[in-house]
Amino acid sequence: MKKTYKIEVDCANCANLMEEAAKKTEGVKDATVNFMTLKMKVEFAEGADPSEVMPRVRANCKKVEDDCEIYC
Amino acid sequence: MTKKQKKNLGRIIVAAFLLIVLALVETKGATKAALYAVPYLVVGYDILLKAMKGIKNRRPMDESLLMVIATLGAFALAVYDEETGGEGDYREAVAVMLFYQIGEWFQSYAVGRSRQNIADLMDIRPDYANVEEDGRLVKIGPDEVEIGTLIVVQPGEKIPLDGVVEEGNSALNTAALTGESLPRDVKPGDEVLSGCISLSGLLKIRTTKEFDESTAAKILDIVENASSAKSQSEHFITRFARVYTPAVVFSALLLAIIPPLARLLALGAAPEWGTWGYRALTFLVISCPCALVISIPLSFFAGLGAASRAGILIKGSNYLEALAGVKTVVMDKTGTLTRGVFDVDAVHPEKIADTAMDILHLAAHVERYSTHPIASSLREAYPHEKDDCTVEDVTEIAGQGIKAKVNGQTVYVGNDKLMESIGAKWHPCTREGATIHVALGSEYIGHIIIADVIKPGAKGALLSLKQKGVNRLVMLTGDMKKVAAKVAAELGIDEYQSELLPADKVTALEKILAASKGEKYLSLENLILAVKGRHETVKAKTAFVGDGINDAPVLARADVGIAMGAMGSDAAIEAADVVLMDDNPGKIAVAIGIAQRCMTIVKQNIYFAVGVKFACLALGAIGLANMWLAIFADVGVMVLAILNAMRLLWQE
Repeated sequence: MKKTYKIEVDCANCANLMEEAAKKTEGVKDATVNFMTLKMKVEFAEGADPSEVMPRVRANCKKVEDDCEIYC
Repeated sequence: MTKKQKKNLGRIIVAAFLLIVLALVETKGATKAALYAVPYLVVGYDILLKAMKGIKNRRPMDESLLMVIATLGAFALAVYDEETGGEGDYREAVAVMLFYQIGEWFQSYAVGRSRQNIADLMDIRPDYANVEEDGRLVKIGPDEVEIGTLIVVQPGEKIPLDGVVEEGNSALNTAALTGESLPRDVKPGDEVLSGCISLSGLLKIRTTKEFDESTAAKILDIVENASSAKSQSEHFITRFARVYTPAVVFSALLLAIIPPLARLLALGAAPEWGTWGYRALTFLVISCPCALVISIPLSFFAGLGAASRAGILIKGSNYLEALAGVKTVVMDKTGTLTRGVFDVDAVHPEKIADTAMDILHLAAHVERYSTHPIASSLREAYPHEKDDCTVEDVTEIAGQGIKAKVNGQTVYVGNDKLMESIGAKWHPCTREGATIHVALGSEYIGHIIIADVIKPGAKGALLSLKQKGVNRLVMLTGDMKKVAAKVAAELGIDEYQSELLPADKVTALEKILAASKGEKYLSLENLILAVKGRHETVKAKTAFVGDGINDAPVLARADVGIAMGAMGSDAAIEAADVVLMDDNPGKIAVAIGIAQRCMTIVKQNIYFAVGVKFACLALGAIGLANMWLAIFADVGVMVLAILNAMRLLWQE
């Protein structure tokens, strides 16, 4: 399952760091962050529940870039 | 400006002001350090907080942490310098933090602005639909409108859903969809697409699609998902940034330790810990990768924006990259180079007494009630078909043609067989196309040639493709060889394949794809890459252009599949990588041109940003660049890279 989330982040490299952090989160199969449109596209692993995975994604992103937000 | 941007701008101004005041005030010792700490904290407190979080999360390469180490280090060196009797330059630490923040602010502002600019270009999302309820107009969300609802579009409003005009005339501005600035007139019975703006009259439209299926929604979907597919250049710069920061930080460490030790042990000279420490701190300032990383996606985004303004939808920055390297263009004939509809190409009267109009006149009357496509082109060619002539006894002769009584005289319109059967003395024509013979009674009076007509801009389009560096043009068609040869000759295409079934087109394209990779593909270097599963070194790309009818598999198979005039054809929009929103073949060269300009700017930005960074590192290592230069270079590179990318949008 794929879902797109609106995000808020100020620098391009931070967006790349967020992408990496999101990819490494458990329950996430793949993730792309588009800095220009401020969107994060998350492909969830089989059987993963987005509402349960997304808080973890958010926490991991906060670790690499405190000044970011994912609206989910 | 967002709230956050305003706040940060305020902090920058206050800190800059304090810094200027402090430069004018004569202070010494601890007071001086404490005074300079004020602007430093004003402008950098959030970076300090982030740095602490970086330590907590065990991220030694955190950008904020590196900035804090660099500036606090500079601060400490200034204290040390003053203690040992020097001037004590506190300004540097504050200024570096200040400029770092200015850079961040500018990046946030410029990117926000360009994001807005580009979003405005693609702003075709309709906000509401007017529906009549109890005699009053009610505004409802376009996604609530069901198929078959009558909606009202007032002058100046956006058409919210695809549909057919029931009432009213208007001129439509289709610029947002097609990039075409000339308004299109619509009248009852015409199909209209969502996203167009009605300019002059009130229209009542019967919707034919739901919002999600409407043209505007589909285009928005493509545009919004476009830059998610990343290009090689973007992958390169991301990988580069990942290696760059740790490498520079590591060299900073080495720079702080090895040269002083070497001086001390090998040369027996003074170690100069302070000097080398300062150079190492300069390295930390340069290690910040943002200027490198920002310019590339921004350039691609601007490229996608410039393309969509011209009515060209590109599904991702990877296709923009591929489009720039297109050397072979394979084209479908019907609907791409030719109009795909049959038109009267020539009329040849048999006798001098008859004019072309006389023959068309009779033929149009005979075909008055026929639904055959050729009949409608005959009727269109004769403008006053609905005159007061009588047309009776219309009989269709299957496989041959039609006969009818026009003003009492029997007229036969049809092929060779029909002429044979009535004993008319017909003769074949040398012109390509379908020949329609006309006979009055049993007397042969002439024939009409009906052919698919080449689009007016086709020849110019192919010429500009060649100017854009395309060196091989191939035309594929399911049509007969004779017709293909004629079109190819007229357009100056040297290569064509005819009488192909849709499946044959895929095979033909595959052969061309293999050939365009050519001998180069067998080189050792490429072979190694091929073993690794990487094919990207093969630079020449092949594009296929089709109108999306029957050629979806070919579109999908090409390096770049370009669908033209595809508005409304779902399969084509799905299969293509690039969608031209109108059917003007000239847009192919426009698309390639935008892609090439975009790639030039991407390369300029990469070379420029990486070059300046390395120059600063080199100068910093030998002590020619101080921290001021390092931070100026970083912010300057970013500003210039962003402005360079925005050039794509300014150019017409």
